[in-house]
Amino acid sequence: MIMERDPVPVDLPMGSEGPGYELLAKPGADGETDLLEVAMGPHHPSTHGVFRMDVVLDGERVVKLKPVFGYLHRNHEKIAEGATYLSSMPYTDRLDYFCSMTNNWAYALTVEKLAGLRVPERAEYLRVILAELTRLQNHVCLVGFLVQDMGASGTPLMYAFREREKILDLFESLSGSRMMCNFMRFGGCRCDLPPGWVEAAQRVVDHYPRFLDEFERFLSGNEILMARTQGVGRLTRELAVSAGVTGPMLRAAGVNYDLRKVDRYGIYDRFQFRVPLGEHGDTYDRYMIRVLEMRESVGILRQALRDLPEGPVLDPKSRLRGFKPPAGEVYGRIEAPKGELGFYLISEGGTMPYRYRVRPPSLINLTILEDLCRGHLVADVVVILGSVDIVLGEVDR
Amino acid sequence: MAIEEGLRSELSKQGVLTTTLQEIYNWGRRNSVWPMQFGLACCAIEMIATTMARHDLARFGAEVFRPSPRQADLIIVSGTVTKKMAPQVVRLYNQMAEPKYVIAMGACAISGGPFKQGYNVLKGIDRYIPVDVHIPGCPPRPEALIHAFMLLQRKIAGQPLTGANRPRHLDPEGAGEFPVPEFGEHDLVPPANRTGWRPPVVVR
Amino acid sequence: MPGARIEVTRNPAVPEQASLRVNRTHAVAAATVLRDDPELRLDYASNVTGVDWLDRVVKEKVKVRRLVDGEEREFEDVIELRRPGHLEAVYHLYSMELKHGPVVLRLRTENRTDRVWVPSLTPVWRSCEFQEREVYDLYGIEFAGHPDLRRLLMWEGFRDHPMRKDYVAPDDYEYEPTPHDTVLARAREHYPAPDKPKGAA
Repeated sequence: MIMERDPVPVDLPMGSEGPGYELLAKPGADGETDLLEVAMGPHHPSTHGVFRMDVVLDGERVVKLKPVFGYLHRNHEKIAEGATYLSSMPYTDRLDYFCSMTNNWAYALTVEKLAGLRVPERAEYLRVILAELTRLQNHVCLVGFLVQDMGASGTPLMYAFREREKILDLFESLSGSRMMCNFMRFGGCRCDLPPGWVEAAQRVVDHYPRFLDEFERFLSGNEILMARTQGVGRLTRELAVSAGVTGPMLRAAGVNYDLRKVDRYGIYDRFQFRVPLGEHGDTYDRYMIRVLEMRESVGILRQALRDLPEGPVLDPKSRLRGFKPPAGEVYGRIEAPKGELGFYLISEGGTMPYRYRVRPPSLINLTILEDLCRGHLVADVVVILGSVDIVLGEVDR
Repeated sequence: MAIEEGLRSELSKQGVLTTTLQEIYNWGRRNSVWPMQFGLACCAIEMIATTMARHDLARFGAEVFRPSPRQADLIIVSGTVTKKMAPQVVRLYNQMAEPKYVIAMGACAISGGPFKQGYNVLKGIDRYIPVDVHIPGCPPRPEALIHAFMLLQRKIAGQPLTGANRPRHLDPEGAGEFPVPEFGEHDLVPPANRTGWRPPVVVR
Repeated sequence: MPGARIEVTRNPAVPEQASLRVNRTHAVAAATVLRDDPELRLDYASNVTGVDWLDRVVKEKVKVRRLVDGEEREFEDVIELRRPGHLEAVYHLYSMELKHGPVVLRLRTENRTDRVWVPSLTPVWRSCEFQEREVYDLYGIEFAGHPDLRRLLMWEGFRDHPMRKDYVAPDDYEYEPTPHDTVLARAREHYPAPDKPKGAA
């Protein structure tokens, strides 16, 4: 039995506006059924953060769904307008709090584009290594949370977090913090690798395919997973492109658009890797795409660790104090684990940006949540939301 | 009133176990604190990591994280509380049954944290609900959360059953429902409400 | 496409990405052309942003000829130009099919106070739906033709548009242990006896 929350008595409103549910008369019906409007969230057992969905149900089937967010709107953009460019870097960690390295890289890349800075070779390789490690731990946690929302009560999540802890140990020995790494700078990385880091990373990467095999043995052929995800939340190609969906969701719908291959930012054109594409666009495809992407990331990591050159990790000409990029605007984007993470900066030549905007992949991917959930059961809504892979820090900024 | 330790150990050597009502009552309470599954932001991920296999919080008694506030004893406010979310947090706190405790985890829950200048950020959850343990950090390590949990257990162990310092659930005059803030046009109404509980002030 | 006023705005920054400024009446038609034209096929609206440009006074040096003592001489004069403020919606467009981009589109409102509408491009690209709602919420630009224009991030009864440059946040000052500069000025209003700095007698 999978139920999202315990039944709530009448006098306890869970949403911010109005009562927790209300009965709507279905127009034209002469029968007994009415539509039920339920506010799922902002506090609910599925572990996706403070996100609310106003769902209108006909029995158990979803008729309408309106997502409501803003419960974690932390004014990142406004704070960045009053702070220097470098002091916004720790705030970018907290956008998608699973993937702080890729957030940092997106911001550093945008500012480097604006100011025309060059990044040394070793720093580029380091960035790729850290980004792919981030992708590994993000995807494995996502699969863990998805399966937990289906009712697997924590066990796959324990496996996922076990691997994640190994990767977080690597991040901690490098940058000082497990999650909020604040590691990239404009023109390279903050500091060089400690001794023994490459060997430790090699051990993690070598063990990872065996862990993935074990994980897949539990999950990919699992009847419950297949029954609950195949055919659920089908996303068509046209809708995905028009709605601006990016990342694994887009590729599960069959569109071959991976920024690592399209934009070829950094040094991704030196690595051999494939881009997995889905056929049906349903939740099972999204799950499998992430597993396959993890395998590709392991391949990229092996190549990058093998080819890591010596040299500086920060461009000697980059100034960190009093950094004033030239006036103008720029839009820089990378393939974050959740999708296309973009930063739009307007600079007037001062130390603080005039306009600082984060293009959040999770928010744009939520545009089609209603389309995916219409016609499905209430229990499927949680599964579909889990496969969209949202992080509220990014949706609300 | 505590039993003298020397007397207690002498008696226990003879096979006689002595205790007081307060000790045994608080022993039962502190070793089975069930937190509510309430994560707001980044600190929530460290809270989840604390319950996972590496730093196992379940050995301290926090065996299950209940999603329903009616079944939980402890609310770990982990993450930034925004003004849009604040009424919901206070409502959830009101729905918990006494005895209930609050841990403010992370800099954001203590005072707004790095987002303190934000127009939508509530500068500390102790503006509306009483907080028992504050954990600094951004995010605090899982070991810090375990340390806070142990501090809470020590606090519960020290709570007397009678007298002026008795906990709220044994005090019929104690504060019951904490008032829920409303959404105003520019800010929450009221911006802070410390009538039920006041945080201790540090005078320099 | 006849009648459309499109202006190319130069961008002085290093990547030199110029943007197209489209006037309001023709914006939806121009966007449809951009999406459907077989050479462009810009089917992916990646980013929709709002920008707030305040009224500003720009000083320009102009060479002026004046008669002085019977002779014409050139002087440098400083003229002050008043540029009225406006709000702007910026769209970044890419093509997933042909894998090129970006093309930057800008829509401008007339002023910052009362005439703040622009047409919505949600009928052309579905990804603008939530992003335009966010621009409405934080900047106050009204998108005509948007299917569901409500606030996205702030609560429904909120009155201001917080990302505007002249927004003043409500004063809910919180105790700081070591205030200085502007924070100290605000601290003095809330705490009548200001803290002495550490080390002072």
